[in-house]
Amino acid sequence: MRVLRELVRRPSALFGLIVVVIVLLAAIFAPWIVHFSPDNQLTDGLSLEGAPLPPSGEHLFGTDTLGRDLFSRVLFGARTSLIIGLVANGVAVAIGLLVGLLAGYLRGTVGNLLMRFTDLMMAFPALLLAIALAALLKPSLWIVAMVIALVNWVQVARIVYTETRGLVERDFILAERSLGAGNGRIIFLHILPHLMPTAIVWGTLGIATTVLLEATLSFLGIGVQPPQPSWGNIIFESQSYFQDAPWLVFIPGAIILATALSFNLIGDALRDILDPTQRGRL
Amino acid sequence: MAVFLARRLVQAVLILLGVAAITFLLLYYLPADPAVLIAGRSATPQMVAAIRHELGLDQPLIMQFLHYVGSLLHGDLGRSYTQKTEVLPLILARLPATLVLMAAGIVVEVALGLTFGIIAAVWRGGFVDRSIMMLSFVGVSSPQFVVALLLLYVFAATLGWFPMSGFGTARHVVLPALTLGVLGAGWYARMVRSAMIEVLRQDYVRTAHAKGLSGRRVVLSHALPNALLPIIAMVGIDIGQFMSGVVVVEAVYGWPGIGQLAWQAIQQVDVPIIMGVTLVSALAIVLGNLLADFIAPFVDPRIRSQ
Repeated sequence: MRVLRELVRRPSALFGLIVVVIVLLAAIFAPWIVHFSPDNQLTDGLSLEGAPLPPSGEHLFGTDTLGRDLFSRVLFGARTSLIIGLVANGVAVAIGLLVGLLAGYLRGTVGNLLMRFTDLMMAFPALLLAIALAALLKPSLWIVAMVIALVNWVQVARIVYTETRGLVERDFILAERSLGAGNGRIIFLHILPHLMPTAIVWGTLGIATTVLLEATLSFLGIGVQPPQPSWGNIIFESQSYFQDAPWLVFIPGAIILATALSFNLIGDALRDILDPTQRGRL
Repeated sequence: MAVFLARRLVQAVLILLGVAAITFLLLYYLPADPAVLIAGRSATPQMVAAIRHELGLDQPLIMQFLHYVGSLLHGDLGRSYTQKTEVLPLILARLPATLVLMAAGIVVEVALGLTFGIIAAVWRGGFVDRSIMMLSFVGVSSPQFVVALLLLYVFAATLGWFPMSGFGTARHVVLPALTLGVLGAGWYARMVRSAMIEVLRQDYVRTAHAKGLSGRRVVLSHALPNALLPIIAMVGIDIGQFMSGVVVVEAVYGWPGIGQLAWQAIQQVDVPIIMGVTLVSALAIVLGNLLADFIAPFVDPRIRSQ
């Protein structure tokens, strides 16, 4: 609660929170908000020349090249993009926590191996690895989410590792151990709670990264496959019309930007609040 | 020092081996059966078996891997499924274009990042600082393909200042380099700012001010060199970001580099090319990190004496 109150007090974080809440509500209540089905190729959805319609009272965001209502596609796309963003990032943070914690706590051979593997993953350009994986596997919503999780856990693992190493040296851990506490008890009761701020901060910042990565993969045609809408593939489908129908590209583009920006702003504010020593860093 | 650098070198080699192992597994084991893929639909079981033998797929895994690493060392990245040629020449032919783009992108990134980072640090806490930090957040939150299309829309399609796509003259480089650089510039501005703030707090900076040196002199020749170290360490990570960005930017602008090659390979599920580009990028990242390790002692004498 204290965290929330402090968040609301910062204008940039408040802006982020408002945008995120709006996007979340729009995604959840999409079927009740829109007047047209996202897949419906409306008979009056194109002009007489067959061009998509610009934004108007009836079609808030205009229509796309197949005469579908862009507003409904963007709202249903929000579902896809947010599900992927949240699931992929949740899995990535979980893997990162597990690897970083084990490596930092066990050290020795296992710890070294885990961290070398993390270094190895750092050497892969994230997008290219995701592209390779997505190209090899048949892309579906869940595959895309897993691919993104597989390339995004590395940073969390490194940070958790450094923090765990520091924690293990602390006296209260030694005290616990002298009292006879087992590894499980120390990890879950004494180390994990200290890692929660990091997990929360990266859990928020990471959503921005995953939403952007999903959009990029879909834009390259290897993410979520049409006709299921996602913010990236809406742009992918109409990128060659961006001169004649700019709204098709720039409305979803602006929404991707606003969403990623909001999660970044909230994450940055959370880091300030939860860990004052990191203030102003990225 | 020498020991440290030697260890980094060994580590780099090990990482490259690991990268090779992962690409090897992805390349040969994730798709159902590469022999079937290569042979095509109408192949008889005998033909598939022959191809399997030719590729060495009937040998034990470890032998196959050693063979794979051996051919990598000879510069053999395999053959493209669709273009029926060696992958390495395809990549080498397109590498110069990508290097030009990356160099231009780095110039944009560093110029913007340093300028804004320094300005924000000097006037920290004020309106200018907050605006710059907000802008840097917008930069790191922008989907690159949208930035690319927006720049095209405004500066090429509407204003006509720059060509829509292609390669050749300096005017062709401007928009792709901007797209590539803006994202990193956001990161750099934040990094430079926090490093500068740390340095500006120190006593020797106050001494320099007390001696009566001009503010510009103190910031640029006393504080800045000491703030550069964490930024140099970023080079390796940065190259990774760039290699990813290159695919998107080259796809949108029709820039004939390895990113476009990878993008075209995606459309045709030409796995050896994708893997080849991934390997070359990983090599670039490892080399970038090594370079950062080797440059650091020259920038900061404290590291040399360790």
